[in-house]
Amino acid sequence: MSRKKQDYEHSFLYHFRQWVAGNVDPLEGTMEIRVPQKKAAETVAPDLKQIRTVYDPSKNKELKRFNRLYKASSLLLVLLLMGVLIWAMGFMPEIGAEAAPAHNATAGRYVEKGLEETGAVNFVTGMILDYRAFDTFGESCVLFIATICVQILLRVDKDSSWRKGRKTEEAEDSFRPGEDVVLQKVSTVLVPLIFIFGIYVILNGHLSPGGGFSGGAIVGAGLILYVNAFGFEKTERFFTGKTFKIITVASLSFYALAKTYSFYTGANHLPTGIPLGVPGAILSSGLILPLNICVGMVVACTMYAFYALFRKGGF
Amino acid sequence: MAFVYNFPLFSIILSMFSAIISSVLSGKWAKRVSLIMVCLVLLMSSGLLVYTHSTGEAVTYMMGHFPAPWGNEIRFGVLEAVMAVFFSIVMLLSLLGGMSHVFADVEDTKTNLFFVLIDMTMSSLLAMIYTNDLFTGYVFVEINTIAAAGLIMIRQHGHSLVASIRYLVMSSIGSGLFLIALSILYGITGELLMVPARDGVQVLRESGNYSLPLLLSLGLMSVAMAIKSGLYPFHTWIPDTYGYSTTTASAVLSSLVSKAYIILLIKIYVRVFGYAYADAGHILNVLFVLGLVAMVMGSVEAIRQRDVNRMIAYSSVAQIGYIYMGLGLGTEAALMASLFHIMTHAATKSMLFVSMTGLREASGGKTDRRSLSGAGYRNPLAGITFLVGSLSMVGFPMLSGFISKLLFARAAIGVSGKMLPALLVLALSTILNAIYFLRVVITIYSPQGSDAPLDNVMDDEGHVLTPEAYQEAERAKLQTEGVFLAPKAGALVKNGPLMSVAMVLMMLLNFFLGLCSGPITEALLAGLRIFG
Repeated sequence: MSRKKQDYEHSFLYHFRQWVAGNVDPLEGTMEIRVPQKKAAETVAPDLKQIRTVYDPSKNKELKRFNRLYKASSLLLVLLLMGVLIWAMGFMPEIGAEAAPAHNATAGRYVEKGLEETGAVNFVTGMILDYRAFDTFGESCVLFIATICVQILLRVDKDSSWRKGRKTEEAEDSFRPGEDVVLQKVSTVLVPLIFIFGIYVILNGHLSPGGGFSGGAIVGAGLILYVNAFGFEKTERFFTGKTFKIITVASLSFYALAKTYSFYTGANHLPTGIPLGVPGAILSSGLILPLNICVGMVVACTMYAFYALFRKGGF
Repeated sequence: MAFVYNFPLFSIILSMFSAIISSVLSGKWAKRVSLIMVCLVLLMSSGLLVYTHSTGEAVTYMMGHFPAPWGNEIRFGVLEAVMAVFFSIVMLLSLLGGMSHVFADVEDTKTNLFFVLIDMTMSSLLAMIYTNDLFTGYVFVEINTIAAAGLIMIRQHGHSLVASIRYLVMSSIGSGLFLIALSILYGITGELLMVPARDGVQVLRESGNYSLPLLLSLGLMSVAMAIKSGLYPFHTWIPDTYGYSTTTASAVLSSLVSKAYIILLIKIYVRVFGYAYADAGHILNVLFVLGLVAMVMGSVEAIRQRDVNRMIAYSSVAQIGYIYMGLGLGTEAALMASLFHIMTHAATKSMLFVSMTGLREASGGKTDRRSLSGAGYRNPLAGITFLVGSLSMVGFPMLSGFISKLLFARAAIGVSGKMLPALLVLALSTILNAIYFLRVVITIYSPQGSDAPLDNVMDDEGHVLTPEAYQEAERAKLQTEGVFLAPKAGALVKNGPLMSVAMVLMMLLNFFLGLCSGPITEALLAGLRIFG
């Protein structure tokens, strides 16, 4: 006796099966989705058609064979490299072992004299912003150059001669995030807290774990949350492309000038004249605090800039 | 301490600072800032060269208030100064040579970003030349990689986007391997600065501890730098990258960016691990063999190319092979030859790319061989520059290529087991170079279509054609094949004034390297002795 459930189409099992089979999108209608506008007519140039046949593995046997060989050999290569590296790990000194070569006088001095020489209670900050400040300057420039590259690729310039005659307004609307009440209410509470926490992490970088990189990332995340909840019109009241430029250029220039001064005096054995202050006080450890602020601002701006560029190609 | 010793710091910071402020300037001002910056760096490096040459010693310069094992450090002697001077000259000439094309190839609101990338590249090149710290080396390798990817991409052309993704993927693998190698080295020596790391390596070699991680670290560093500079099996990113970028970018990438990695690798060999250790670990042998293969395969691939820009790019594969072959020979003379070849190739390749742009303009923007025929008449200066560059690559006496081939051959003599292959491949590669370079030279100096037919040519109906009619028919045939046809009345193409100046100066530089190589090789040798 076979029994068919009356409202099988509405049962959980049916929905589940449909979902497994990929016929239903459970998130449909619940998310903000941008549907690409349909093109007027699909016109394919004849040579493009030919190119498609050449690069279609189902039609080009040689390409198919090559693809297989390529995948197999790259897998083999990666496994080989992984094997070698894992094998070599067995020969490395044990992590945290007292006799490990990394625990030598070089590292020892950072711990023993770090406080006295840099004035920073947080040795890590003292190391990256004083002992090895040149590397950190390089790292900030990596972020800077990365934003430049993303700008080259994604920034949409309305006054560019390359865009003349192209429509730019049509897309404006789709950048507006959905009016989500829950998100807005939650971010009203969270965003100020996130900002305060981020600023705390930056300002206390020389006293407690944290610093410019981590604090800047927190502030940047707060900005992104804010823009998601309230849209670009709200953020553009205080953060535009111009603000971004001013903050980045000012921070990096200050970093460059301050550190040049520090390197110059250091190498020529001159006194800097910058007091280290009382270790543990907020205004202490010389240049580390202002440098942390600079790094924090650069990182926060970079994070937000990436988001804005990917989202709508500008600020 | 002499004031001159501050110049490396000033030149690195100056180039970074100009990158930072160029990001808010207009394209025109960013260009001026860039040019002034490169000129100042050139002046400062020349001052440093003169001073270090007279004192003849290497100087370590603290970057901050803390000495060697704790703080960052840079170090410079004659060799570093020569390279800095030379790199800034080539950078300046490449900038001048491609200036008008920068403004044509780059979106007009983003031209200032191009100069940001150029300034950052300059700073990272200088930092890689001067650094005495492995981690600083890594940081600036990163800057160099990202800036180079930007330089390729900035044309925003389908080909250049693909090329830049390929470059980024390959180069990131290189950076990743370098970082892993660095971590291993730090784990077993506990040092990041080069001189203390050398002492650590020395201790490990004597005690025999951690011999496998040590060798692995050296191997990974070599592979990483080989990938980044495009040694033969890792060369696949080269042709698209150099072939489809804007002129200045191609010239800078091929002649400077890939060379800085090799200089860093030489520094790691000589200063950290010791050349003898690299030799004992057979890593030099591997590099030697790969270098030889690259010398042949790069040229063979170049011969197969129809597009001349890509042909020049493939020739870079062969030239990088020369440099690694010299590294692999493992003697001081060979190392010096490699360093000289770095200069030769930098001077010549940038010249070829700039002159190729001139020829391309005279051929309706096409770079396949048939469109280029007769281009040497339509753009005489670019033609002559290309001729000089080609002859230098082939190794014609009086030009720099001849000197580097001579130095390589001399260095190979007496190296047991490597002499014969090195000399044979050197000869073979010279012939292959001649085949593809002189073929293009002949093409650009032969008129389009052939003049008069050798025998009486008949058309379909059996009438004998007059030479004029024959030429017409030939031209019509070429036109249907999509080949550029020059107007008959040999229209001359005018180069911009900056480009002409750059091409003349590049030729002079090449002649200078070829005719006055004595003092340069002496300075390189003296620098190499105090390099370690």
